[in-house]
Amino acid sequence: MGNAILVVAEHDNSQLKSATLNTLQAAVELKAQGAGAIELLIAGQGSNAVVEQAAALPDVDRVLVADADNLAHQLPEEVSTVVINLLESGDYGYLLAPATTNGKNLAPRVAALMDVAQVSDITEVVSADTFIRPIYAGNALAKVQSHDALKVITVRTTAFAAVAETGGAAEATTLDAPAALGISSFVGEELSVSERPELTSARIIISGGRGMQSGDNFPLLEAVADKVGAAVGASRAAVDSGFVSNDMQVGQTGKIVAPDLYIAVGISGAIQHLAGMKDSKVIVAINNDEEAPIFNVADFGLVADLFEVLPELEKALA
Amino acid sequence: MKVLVAIKRVVDANVKVRVKADNSAVELANIKMAINPFCEIAIEEAIRLKEKGHASEVLVVSIGPDACQEQLRTALALGADRALQIKTEDSPEPLAVAKLLKAVVDQEQPGLVILGKQSIDGDNNQTGQMLAALAGMAQGTFASDVEIDGDTLQVTREIDGGLQKVSLKMPAVVTTDLRLNEPRYASLPNIMKAKRKPLETHTPEDLGIDISPRQTLLEVTTPPERAAGVKVSSVSELVEKLKNEAGVL
Repeated sequence: MGNAILVVAEHDNSQLKSATLNTLQAAVELKAQGAGAIELLIAGQGSNAVVEQAAALPDVDRVLVADADNLAHQLPEEVSTVVINLLESGDYGYLLAPATTNGKNLAPRVAALMDVAQVSDITEVVSADTFIRPIYAGNALAKVQSHDALKVITVRTTAFAAVAETGGAAEATTLDAPAALGISSFVGEELSVSERPELTSARIIISGGRGMQSGDNFPLLEAVADKVGAAVGASRAAVDSGFVSNDMQVGQTGKIVAPDLYIAVGISGAIQHLAGMKDSKVIVAINNDEEAPIFNVADFGLVADLFEVLPELEKALA
Repeated sequence: MKVLVAIKRVVDANVKVRVKADNSAVELANIKMAINPFCEIAIEEAIRLKEKGHASEVLVVSIGPDACQEQLRTALALGADRALQIKTEDSPEPLAVAKLLKAVVDQEQPGLVILGKQSIDGDNNQTGQMLAALAGMAQGTFASDVEIDGDTLQVTREIDGGLQKVSLKMPAVVTTDLRLNEPRYASLPNIMKAKRKPLETHTPEDLGIDISPRQTLLEVTTPPERAAGVKVSSVSELVEKLKNEAGVL
């Protein structure tokens, strides 16, 4: 059994996503603990630009490319066949994927097909076989030792710094694309289009909760966001009430974020929301209820009516 | 078509858990337990499929000590037809759970299996995907809408960038996200009726499944607490502090 690390890249066929860079940092730490070469798999279709970006990553020893029609949308049924073909060589001791919706969809399927357990959402590499991962919405941290020869791991991207993007010249190897499984097919997608940074990699995030009262009031948040180049997020309450779309949800089961500055507006601070943002460097809470639990984790709290505060904040940041 | 729903007994979502003094685990004695919220959504979806005439029978299964019969009875009160407990001493790892569920799938031959996308205790988000792999089925994870169209299943999935729609050949596995539906409450007459619905018990041994763990939980610790900060009295004070004290603007 080899000890190389296979990392599944997060990409959209045209761009390598930053989640890949954070996942590679976990791979670098495993290599420092004695693991072998770091190989980055790009499974997709027409992803030449991604392959170029991947080859330039100094920490990647080899880029593996699987390019086929049935991989265009990276459906887990199809991608897992590619990954299994690689893992069955016995060359790998690790499979890493970011804990994104793609990674979370794929990794357990691969683990089960290889008859190994998975360690989900790690926040720390303790040693070659031991990891820290949050449980109970981050209210406890579990130190878990894996006994499988092949360790399948998903990586919480906010817990690992991004690796360098340039300076490398890794060799890219094209894999034979396996036959399509054909039990699933892509129908379509509705992706949110925004000029603002992505939630999971933004330096500043401003999020709205139930206190926003309606989706029509979110432009108040967006105006502030645009003054400081922030991403806009939301609590589960705001998404469930239909104010904004699901991809904006920050929390235990939504997106986990850890920006330099997180501004929670009209968010009470349920434990499920705190689980998604309490690792932010600086937290600001703006809420008219001074008893709101969000104030217990906020570095700066402002008890005030958000409808007065937001326009004032926008002006103050001009 | 038979629909199989797998549910888990977990700490109630409103409870903030505490780590035991010896750092061996989370304190679960005398704590309110409930059906995992995502599993409640799974039960609701199965019942709605039955009400729409797509499902002929809803079978609910849970894995754990006898205490999980309480959650199975709740599922029966909500509208499931039949319950199955797979008796284990504690909570097996997701891979073992998936293997046990695969054995149930082999016996019961459901057209659709619905599970929660994750349990709010372990936060693993693995079991549905693992079951799909072992059963050779397609998987519609993090579902916010499910439609049956002949022998295919149209699933709308909540993904990082928005929504994705996939078409899956049935039998298939679906895992639920928050927006799939809003679960109902059980009525008193249905709670009484549920007591007479069939609840069978199996063991991993009679299903021929090895559930020995692949991981060791070495330690459970409390994460560093954030100290509450200061209250500011105005927007200008806030901006001043963010710029000069915190240096984040």
